Formats: sequence, C-alpha cells, structure tokens
Amino acid sequence: MSGLRLALNGVCHAYRDLTVLDGIDLTAEPGEVSVLVGPSGCGKSTLLGIMGGMLLPSAGTVTVSGDIAADCLNPLSYVFQDFSLLPWRSVAGNIELVLGKCPSRAERVAEVLALTGLTEFADAWPRQLSGGMRQRVGIARALAVRPACLLMDEPLSALDAQTRDLLLDEFSSIIARAGTTTIYVTHNLNEAVRLGQQIVVLSRRPGRIRDIVRIDRPLAGRGARDPDLLAIEENLWRMIRDDAAAAERERIDAPA
Amino acid sequence: MPRLNGPVRFRGGGFSPRDNGWASAGTLLGLVALWQLGASAGLIKSLFLPPPVAICAALYHLAISGELWRHLSASLMRLGIGWVTGTIFGIGMGLAVGLWSAFRSPGMAVVAALFPIPKIALVPLFIIWFGIGEGSKIATLAFGVFFPTVIATAGGVDNVSRGLIRMGQSFGLSTWAIVRTIILPGALPAILSGFRVTTSIAIVLLVAAEMIGAEQGIGAFVLSAGNLYDTDNLLAGIVVLSVMGLIVAWVIGRLERALLAWR
Ligand SMILES: Nc1ncnc2c1ncn2[C@@H]1O[C@H](COP(=O)(O)OP(=O)(O)O)[C@@H](O)[C@H]1O
Ligand SMILES: [Mg+2]
Repeated sequence: MSGLRLALNGVCHAYRDLTVLDGIDLTAEPGEVSVLVGPSGCGKSTLLGIMGGMLLPSAGTVTVSGDIAADCLNPLSYVFQDFSLLPWRSVAGNIELVLGKCPSRAERVAEVLALTGLTEFADAWPRQLSGGMRQRVGIARALAVRPACLLMDEPLSALDAQTRDLLLDEFSSIIARAGTTTIYVTHNLNEAVRLGQQIVVLSRRPGRIRDIVRIDRPLAGRGARDPDLLAIEENLWRMIRDDAAAAERERIDAPA
Repeated sequence: MPRLNGPVRFRGGGFSPRDNGWASAGTLLGLVALWQLGASAGLIKSLFLPPPVAICAALYHLAISGELWRHLSASLMRLGIGWVTGTIFGIGMGLAVGLWSAFRSPGMAVVAALFPIPKIALVPLFIIWFGIGEGSKIATLAFGVFFPTVIATAGGVDNVSRGLIRMGQSFGLSTWAIVRTIILPGALPAILSGFRVTTSIAIVLLVAAEMIGAEQGIGAFVLSAGNLYDTDNLLAGIVVLSVMGLIVAWVIGRLERALLAWR
C-alpha cells in the first residue's frame, strides 16, 4: 500500500459564530479508503477542505506523513462535486493545466484519458460533455498529478442515479488500482459501503464523530447488491436517520 | 361546473429574438433609399439635409484628393494609441481592484469620483499638461477609455467562480498561473463587452478632442465643414465616423466569436 497517513487531532471549525465541526480525531491509513458520511450541512466539505489545506481549522491540527513518489506533482489532490472544470479549456487542456511544466505532460494526459475512457474527447469543451463525462475529467485531472492522497467531495452527487451507479463501479476500480489514500465524502450510504474501508459517521451540525465502521474487504469483490454490505448500509441508516431528519428541518445558513 | 374539452392550447414559445444580418443591412439601405427618394422628389432641401448621392460625391472627392486619408490616418492613429493605452492601464487597474484588497476600496473610490466627469471638460487641462499637440488628444481618449475598462474588468474578475480559483490553488498553481489561466479568461467576456462601450466612447472623445485645436483628423474636418455650412462635407465626415464605428463593432464581434468559442 502506498500513500500518506493523514491524522486529525482535535479539529474544530466555525464560520463566524456557526460551529460546524467539533473535536474531530481521525486517522486515515496509507492506501486506505475513508468515507465520511453525515447529513447535509454537518461539515463534511469543511472537514475535507481542512484536510487538504484549503481551509484553516479554528482549532486542532492536521498532519500528513509518509513517502511520496518522485513523480508526484501535488500530493493532496481533489475531485469536486461540481467538477470545477475550466469551461474555456478542452478536456485535455483542463488536465494539462494542473501539470504545469512537467516534461512528461503529453504522456500523462494520454494515460489518464485512456484510464477514464476519455481519449476521443480530448479536444471537446466541457459544455459538450454529460455530467458523468465531466466527472471522469475531474478524476482524470486528479490522477494526472500522481497524488499520494485523493480527496473526493461528493463526486457523484451532481449526477443522475443511473450515471451514478455506472461511475461508482468505475471509480471503485480506479481507486483500488491507484492504491492511494482516499478520503471520500458522501451522503449516500450505498457509496459508503461500496468504497469505504473505514466509514466515519458524522453527527448533524456541529459535526462530531458518531461512529467509525470498518469493512475489511477489498473493493474489488463488493457488488452493488451484496447482502452483507446492504446490512451494513441499513445499520448506517439507522444510525444517522434521526440526525438526517433533524438536519433537514434546520435553517440553512447560506455559505458566504 | 366549467368543462374543458378539446386540444390543449399552446402557451409556450416566443421570447427568443434571432439575429438576421440581412435585416440589418436591408434596414440601413432602405433608410438611405427613402432619404434619397425624398431628396429627389424635392421634399428635403439640400442645405437642410444633403442627399446620399451628394454625400457620396463629397466622399469621392475627398478620397481622390487624398484629403480623406490625411484626416483618417491622423484620427486612427490617435484612436489606436489612446484606446490601447487606456485599455492596458484599465485592465491592469481592474485586475488589481478585483484581486487585492489594498487596491479595491481606494481604486473604486477614485473611479467613482472621476468616472462621471465629462472628459471633454478636461481637455484644456490636458492641453496644459501634455501640450496642444497629439499628447492632449491621446490623453483625453485614454482617460475616457480607462474608467469604463476598470469597471468592466473588475466586474468580470468578481464574477469568476471562486470554486475555480480554489481548484487552481488546490492543484498548487502559482498566483500568476491562476491569474493567467483562470481569472483572465473568466473575466474575458466582461472585458470584451467593455470594449464595445469603450470604443464608442473613444470615437466620441476623438471627435471632440479634434475639434479643439487640431488641423487634421475627422473631427477637425467636420468642424471646419460645419463652420462653412458645407453640409455635404459635414455629412461625409459623419459617414466616415459611422463606418468607423461599424467596423470596430464588427471586429469586436469577430474577436468575441474567436476568443469565446467555448461558450
Ligand atoms: N464559507 C462559509 N461561510 C459560512 N458558512 C458556511 C461556509 N461554508 C459552509 N458553511 C456552513 O457550514 C455548514 C457545513 O457546511 P459544509 O461543510 O459544506 O457541509 P456538508 O458538506 O456536510 O453539507 C453548513 O451549515 C454551511 O451552511
Ligand atoms: Mg458538501
């Protein structure tokens, strides 16, 4: 197993006087997939932002440790819910963007395009692609930098249910093959049991760790209708159901 | 009780006007033709409004005597230098205002205070500062172009999605790379539509500046023709200005289509 160990220690976060995260202690082991689940607004994106150095926590620390490959251009690499592609760059151009002056730029672009089945779309504009194809570009871009840790924020949530199922299979095998430490945020419990080796259940806002469920099975053998997984999913749902219901009736404070 | 019976009435459609190049050209030509017909029929006095044919004749004489090029080249030179200068400084300032707090409030305060001033009123001051020659005319244009460019650019930068900027940061792009690959292209549509405004402003200011102490230039030519009540030449000059505006608008349209093909 390769990749980084990510350790959070007493991480808290507040936006002005809205406390969003409260005392998060968590370790993501090298090469392992950690899934963060919790009701919407509980601070999952905030936590992921803190993990990747995109947000400063109000308190607590995040440390990374481990070796990174010599050809890694960006150790902590995100996949975004809204894809975050530059509309004025082609598919290949969006990937080239994050490779800077890397000498093997062309080969890397070709490689990740092939990996995600995008080769024939290299010259397309993002607007010409379906949501699923756009997110394939998103993961291709994240992998092109040879990351040591993948941070994925609800990568399938903007997609329709069928596309989501198809992409989940694809992402599962891509993640398994890449073997990098992965933090995967979702509110979808099926995604959680399909991908998670440790599933971190967060409470409603302010987010605290309610429970950590481990599934010590390789991703490869996890089918969509695997009864063991469905049982775990059911269990997770029981855990967060009341929180989700309460969160859903709460006033949402619109992000600035 | 009211009853419905029959096909569903269509209620959609509309609200989607389409462009038609033939309609644009046809309208202009039609108006000119009406004008000529009115003049030929004796309904419009020639001193009052010279007929298109007389204007064409005046243009022809101006062209073969070389006078047209003399005035036109002087004007185009001022327009080009003034507009480019104002645009470069305007985009620079607009980026600074859009990107850094240190520039934002001070910059916008200055823009708010100076933008509404009619730049023509400043021409005497510019003459004192930059001399009666080219300097004052170019400064008038550049000044007039600068402020709307700042506003268009800063607005464009403000509208660039913060998510895309964060994406750039998360992949370790440098500030300069983020400005060059994310912020500038994202602000480009606003900057280009700013060009439509600033080129028109530039032409208006050009004529005004050339009416104050210039011997060459379309503005000077129009002024002297006007002083002599030589309405043929007066309108010939105005036609040149109008064509100049049309060509500039066409060029910007092409630029938009080429640079914003991704939309
Ligand atoms: N930039 C911000 N400013 C203020 N409040 C924010 C900001 N970002 C998120 N929030 C609020 O913090 C809470 C957690 O947000 P987020 O981390 O996006 O939750 P999740 O990803 O779990 O849905 C929400 O209530 C949200 O409205
Ligand atoms: Mg979120």
